[in-house]
Parts: sequence; C-alpha cells; structure tokens
Amino acid sequence: MDAERYPIFVEGSGAAFGHAGERVLVSLERAQGFGQLPNLPLRLPVGCRRGGCGVCRVRVTGGNYRSDRLSRAHVSEQDEAEGLTLACCIYPLSPLSLRLEPAVAIKDKKQHCNKSELGGK
Amino acid sequence: MALTGVLRPGFVQLRVLDMPESVDYYTKRIGLHQVTEGPDGRAYLKSADEFDHHSIVLRRAEQAGVDLIAFKVLEEADLDQFERRVVDYGIAVDHVAAGEQPGIGRRIGFTIPSGHRLELYAEADQSDPKPYVHNPHVWSVEPHGMSARRFDHALFYGPNIEQVLDFFVKVLDFRLTERVDMPDGLLAIWLACGMKAHDIAFVRHPEPGKLHHVSFELENWQAVGNAADIITHYDISIDIGPTRHGITRGQTIYFFDPSGNRNEVFAGGYTYYPDNPTRTWDETEVGKGIFYYERKLNDAFLSVVT
Repeated sequence: MDAERYPIFVEGSGAAFGHAGERVLVSLERAQGFGQLPNLPLRLPVGCRRGGCGVCRVRVTGGNYRSDRLSRAHVSEQDEAEGLTLACCIYPLSPLSLRLEPAVAIKDKKQHCNKSELGGK
Repeated sequence: MALTGVLRPGFVQLRVLDMPESVDYYTKRIGLHQVTEGPDGRAYLKSADEFDHHSIVLRRAEQAGVDLIAFKVLEEADLDQFERRVVDYGIAVDHVAAGEQPGIGRRIGFTIPSGHRLELYAEADQSDPKPYVHNPHVWSVEPHGMSARRFDHALFYGPNIEQVLDFFVKVLDFRLTERVDMPDGLLAIWLACGMKAHDIAFVRHPEPGKLHHVSFELENWQAVGNAADIITHYDISIDIGPTRHGITRGQTIYFFDPSGNRNEVFAGGYTYYPDNPTRTWDETEVGKGIFYYERKLNDAFLSVVT
C-alpha cells in the first residue's frame, strides 16, 4: 500500500496523502477534515465529484496522474493537455503538486441543447 | 376524471459521459430496467412500476446535463390545443415525429425562458416490466437497488423564472405550490400539473438550461434509508442527506450519477389540490425550507449544476 501512497501538495496550503485508486478530490476532502490543508487560498471546492459540474478545477504543476472522462463544458482538451483538470477526475501515479483554480465555464460555451444534437428528427 | 391536459413528467433525456457506466448505475443502483437501446446509441430506461415505454433517456455526450423534459398530456387533441396556446404566447413550437424515441408518439417542443427544452406528447406504448393490472401483486418483478418507483420530477436552474412561472400557469395550466422570495426577488418556484407537491421546479440562475437534479420516488422513509446504504456501499458521490425538505415535505437524499448529474430519491410530500393556496418562504426561513433538519443550505445546493 505504501508504494501507492503519494503526497499531494496544495499550493499555499499543505499536503494531503492520496492513493493510486483514489480521486484526488477525495484525498483533499479527507485532508481538510484532518486539518492538513490550513490557509487554503479559497475554500476547497467540492461539487458532484464525477466530472460534470466543474467546480473542483485544479492546475497540476508537477507529477503524474491518470484521468477519468470529464465534462468538456469545464475543461477543454487544450486545458487538459496543459494540466488544467478536475480534482475529482484524476488519480495520482506519483507525488503531485497542484493549485486550486476557480471554476469557470470554458469560453465560447455553446447552447447545449441544439436540435441536431438530440438525435434523429 | 378531473385531471386533464398535462398529466405528469413523462421522460427526461440526460447527457452522460460514459454510457455503459451510466446504464449500470441507473439499472443496478437506482433500480431501473433498460427497455431498449436506440440505433443512435441512446439508452431507454424505466421503473418496473411505470407502465409507459420509458421515463429516462441517456445520451452519450461530451458534457453532462439535460437535453429535454417531456410531459405526457391526456389526449392527442391536447397537443394541438397546447401548440396554439404556446404559439399565441409568443414561443415557437417545433415538431418531433413519432418514433424519434422508440415507443413514443409525436411530440411538440419549445424552449422556455429559462433556456430549457420542454416537449409534450400524448401517446406512449407500454413496455415490460410494468405493473400487473389483474389481481395485481404489489410488484411484477422484485424491486432492486434503491427500488425507484418512478421518475417523479426535475429541478432546473436558469434565468427569467418569473417568465417561466407565468408561462407554466397561463399556458400549461400548472399551479404554483410553493415559492421562495428573497429581498432581491423571486428565487425559486415549485409547480404542479396534478396532485403532487411538485412536478417541476426552477431556481433562478444566470446560466440558462442547467440541471439541478432529476428525482425518483421511493415508497417510504425506510426505502430512503436503504438508498443511503447503497450510496455508501457503492461509493456513489453524496451531496446531502438523508434529510427532509420543508418545501414539499419530501424525505430525501441528493447524490450524483457517474457523470455528475445530480439525482434525488425521496418519499412523501403532501397532496396538492388545485384550490390550495401557494405556500411561501422568505429569507429568514429559507434554510428550513430547503433542508428542514440542517436549517441551512449546504455549499453545493445553489452552485453545483450540470
């Protein structure tokens, strides 16, 4: 187990411990509960924990991780390539360093429900 | 029969990020059954306690959220009547051919001022499993998972809810069962087309077309406890609960599907009659209105949507 337990450093705050099969956001929630993330620049943003709502955006500034599918309403492919992702959708593969990023919808957000997307007709 | 016009929410079409994972979740955990899969990959699901063809449609997409909600009307002629009324109100109506979704007749569709797509339809095939109708047992197939009995209602977030209220009442003959008024104006509305405390609800929100939750009805408070056990056992992302709403009085849990769309399972709620007055909430007690036991909103309730 120890081999798959990694420190997750949160810029300006402290460190959580994460596990290889555990969503980084869950590790951060636990660390916050134990008081290990003092002086967060902003409150730990916790939303749906499943990649849909986009409130837990983080920028990974160091380390390796794998990722689940996440909503493109909040993280574009380019964002993701640059390390901007959702804490709920990533799992550590090494020690990680990250910075909390305020949730914003990606620019040029288009109407979700245009008719051609609804299938058939 | 006194209930005419719009009968109930019939189905909702949700966007999901991963189809197999979502079907697994809605069938095994919520307790629905998959009726069929369409040629375009959409999945059609229902509760065994519902007669009609399906009540939940899942569509694979790159973004979570809701495509549309469709209400069933009593008869075919209602579609023409509502089309006239919607157009007269100044909202454009389009037509969806019968069979665009399997088992569903022709639909009319339009976008309401909150940015959500609504549809109306009159005809639906029945599908199995469904309740027995002769000497009926209490269930036809054994309930499983959270034992959802039906897709019950949805809560949407979007702008212009004063206009949404006006439209639902004047054009679709809904009634306003409850409302929350804050110092800066109307915050939320609960609307009924039948005798439930709500069939659809809206909260004021700057971004149009957002989904707060889709809700499934359970038999009782014990079933809500069982659902809570399932949520923890299968590591389903929890929002809040089990708790109770002051508004509608429902006993409830909020949680998230594998794409982050919020779900509710709930039991109870009062019976609404069309001559009942609207129940109102103000800033001082709105916390109890939303979560009766916690007496305050949680962090996510007003901000986390798909």
